[in-house]
Amino acid sequence: MERTPLIEISNLSFRYPDGQQALVDVSLTVYEGERVALVGPNGAGKSTLILHLNGIFASQDGHVRVAGLPVAGEHVKQVRALVGLVFQDPDDQLFSPTVFDDVAYGPLYMGLPEDEVRRRVERALAAVGMQGYGDRVPHRLSAGEKKRIALATVLAMEPSVLVLDEPTAGLDPRGRRMLIRLLDSMPQTMIVSTHDLLMVRDLFPRMVILDRGRVVADGPSADLLRDRALLEAHGLELP
Amino acid sequence: MSGTAVGSSLAAMGRIAGGVGPTGGPQPMHIPDGFLSVPVSLVFWIVAIVVIGYALRRVSRELDERRVPLLAVLAAVIFAGQMLNFSVTGGTSGHLLGATLAAVLLGPWAAMVVMTAVVSIQALVFQDGGILVLGANLFNMAIVGVLVGYGVYQLVSRALGNRRWAVPVSGFVAAWLSIVVAALACALELALSGTSPANIAVPAMGGIHALIGIGEGLITAGALVFVLAARPDLVAPTAKATAGQKALWIGGAALAVVLAVLSPLASAHPDGLEWVAEQQGFLEAARDPLYSIIPDYVFPGISNEALATIVAGVVGTLVVAAVAYLVAQGVRRRATQQ
Amino acid sequence: MADVLDPYRPRASLIHRADPRVKVVVAVMSILITAALPLGAWPSYVLLLAAVLALSVAAQLGVGFTLKRGLIAVPFALAALPLVFSTPGDALASLRIGPLVLDASLAGVERFASVLAKSYISVQFAILLTATTRFTDMLAAMRALRVPRLLVVIFSLMWRYLFLFAHEAKTLRIARDSRSADVGPKSGGAVAWRARVTGGMVGNLFVRGYERSERVYQAMLARGYDGDIRTFPLKPLASSEYAALAGAVAILALLGLLGILFG
Repeated sequence: MERTPLIEISNLSFRYPDGQQALVDVSLTVYEGERVALVGPNGAGKSTLILHLNGIFASQDGHVRVAGLPVAGEHVKQVRALVGLVFQDPDDQLFSPTVFDDVAYGPLYMGLPEDEVRRRVERALAAVGMQGYGDRVPHRLSAGEKKRIALATVLAMEPSVLVLDEPTAGLDPRGRRMLIRLLDSMPQTMIVSTHDLLMVRDLFPRMVILDRGRVVADGPSADLLRDRALLEAHGLELP
Repeated sequence: MSGTAVGSSLAAMGRIAGGVGPTGGPQPMHIPDGFLSVPVSLVFWIVAIVVIGYALRRVSRELDERRVPLLAVLAAVIFAGQMLNFSVTGGTSGHLLGATLAAVLLGPWAAMVVMTAVVSIQALVFQDGGILVLGANLFNMAIVGVLVGYGVYQLVSRALGNRRWAVPVSGFVAAWLSIVVAALACALELALSGTSPANIAVPAMGGIHALIGIGEGLITAGALVFVLAARPDLVAPTAKATAGQKALWIGGAALAVVLAVLSPLASAHPDGLEWVAEQQGFLEAARDPLYSIIPDYVFPGISNEALATIVAGVVGTLVVAAVAYLVAQGVRRRATQQ
Repeated sequence: MADVLDPYRPRASLIHRADPRVKVVVAVMSILITAALPLGAWPSYVLLLAAVLALSVAAQLGVGFTLKRGLIAVPFALAALPLVFSTPGDALASLRIGPLVLDASLAGVERFASVLAKSYISVQFAILLTATTRFTDMLAAMRALRVPRLLVVIFSLMWRYLFLFAHEAKTLRIARDSRSADVGPKSGGAVAWRARVTGGMVGNLFVRGYERSERVYQAMLARGYDGDIRTFPLKPLASSEYAALAGAVAILALLGLLGILFG
């Protein structure tokens, strides 16, 4: 298997303005086509790490590269088109008055012409099984529908990497099942942060455990999920 | 027309205060279409466009693009906050307008933009307040409400110093006054349009809003206390006031004083019984030769001397505030150049 | 609550399909004409009311729709009530309150009724507009009518989060009401306390709003937001739409003129 590094994080540390140390010397390389799950207790630094992947947080110490581009300065815009970030709460992600406007937002800001934007919106909505939802208003969608539209908003940008923060949080069992099936159908490189270890087992061959801002384990999910002592030490549990 | 009429009219306006808008809260200060004359509506549109246009420029120049979602989301919050009312007694309820809260937490220009969004959406989508009269409603709630709330808050909180209760107390006083003054502006607009006699509208609107303002004050103080506890960084006092800011506080406070002092004058004046609209109505003005209107009055088209005095007072205050502000700006610019 | 809030009523009518720019201009013009009509121009009032009712039937909303919702502004009419007694004219009736006698004049009644009628007609035009025009189309119309873009973007985001915070406000209110059933109802202290609690809820909403706005900002950034405001260009009006607009404006102008000249 060809191993092209797509995301390279080296010695990344991050401290919030209030002094809280969120990441400590994190190094991680994700290769093209890989599916990686970031797990760990609340406050471990998963979301902070994710927000570094497309430059929403600028690296204070250490480096982040995406497809060879440093995530800084003039490259940030390019990187944002490469890394599709799906936020945990779809109500943060869906900020437009209609589904169409939301899905069109990314392509519009990429500077694409109108007919290409329309084509992409249609394709993205089809990819998440929500054709014909363009005119709908976000506040009338179910939680599961919102999650799928949120995914469509980044698919429309045709990113190389999908990064999802807690994709299955807040979904009922059926919504969760549908979303997992949908994620499984995506060809992109994928990074998720999650507490859902069953999804990790089924969908993500590689697993990285973060705790208190550090990478404490990085390896095949099958092995790490069997290590009860390790999971317990970091507040994790396979149901 | 005397005491009893005022009394019954007060009661009537009390019922206005109890009128429930489509968004769930009583909206006594949102003037519907039909209640203001065309000239009055247009004048206030012009004032609103100039002032809010300036606020928009200030906001987009001074604050980064992060402010766009912030202002929009907080406008939604104020809108939703207005739906939270608490029962007072006998079916009436206290509620929030939010101009002072926004002014204290966001500063005057951003607050003006937020209140503009709130008041405009209420008018355009929910018919809480009319469309032709939107300029006047924006003037009362987004401009007068914000400026008075901001100016009074700053002056009172500086006077109180660094005491723990300075924030809620100044918030209460500022919010109360901003409601009363905005209501007086509303009453004067009605009187200028000949829709409600000044000697009734002013004491009635003022009196009712002196009561409603207590609710506004308490909610504003409660909200500030909560924000102070949860996110003290959002209420942190600005270190040092620039000359421009000082001019703004004084302008806001002066606006309050002018409207508060001159409004009762208007209603006490015997001419208050006369009907302004008869002389200043759009058509009547067009029918009369122009020269017959102008000489007698301080302001063309306004026969009532007390009203003319008030209009002159308000315009004068605005001009003074603007001049003070520009001078302060000039001083500051020269200071930075040196 | 979401459905209660959104005033749009989807129908397959010609009026729903009409260009929002045309609709906004016609609605504003109607309200302007209504306001410009002299007091007591009853035939014109009736014509305008007939126009709004005809349009609401054409929009498949039924006659009662705007008539009923138009009552919204009625409480405010009390502000104009003193006109009945204060306008000089022939005494119509006397109202005795204690030692005071108020004389209602015919001119006063007409004046009061005129204000009421104008208000009632105007609000119906506004209701018709919002019932037949999606909010996103209203935004497009505002852009076309040169409302500052920053303001239009704020309207758009505000609209989206209105429903969310209205829902949160409702949840907070239910939580409060379910805990405060035993508070004494009348004493001043209790009222002040209720106001303070409500203030706390508003503060709570404010902090939530502040924090949400930061996440929304991040979500916007993630999709390329750079402070610039970008939207699809608006389609130019078709010649038939121009014709419709011109026709509507001409009719309204004629109506206004007739009203002003002949009452």
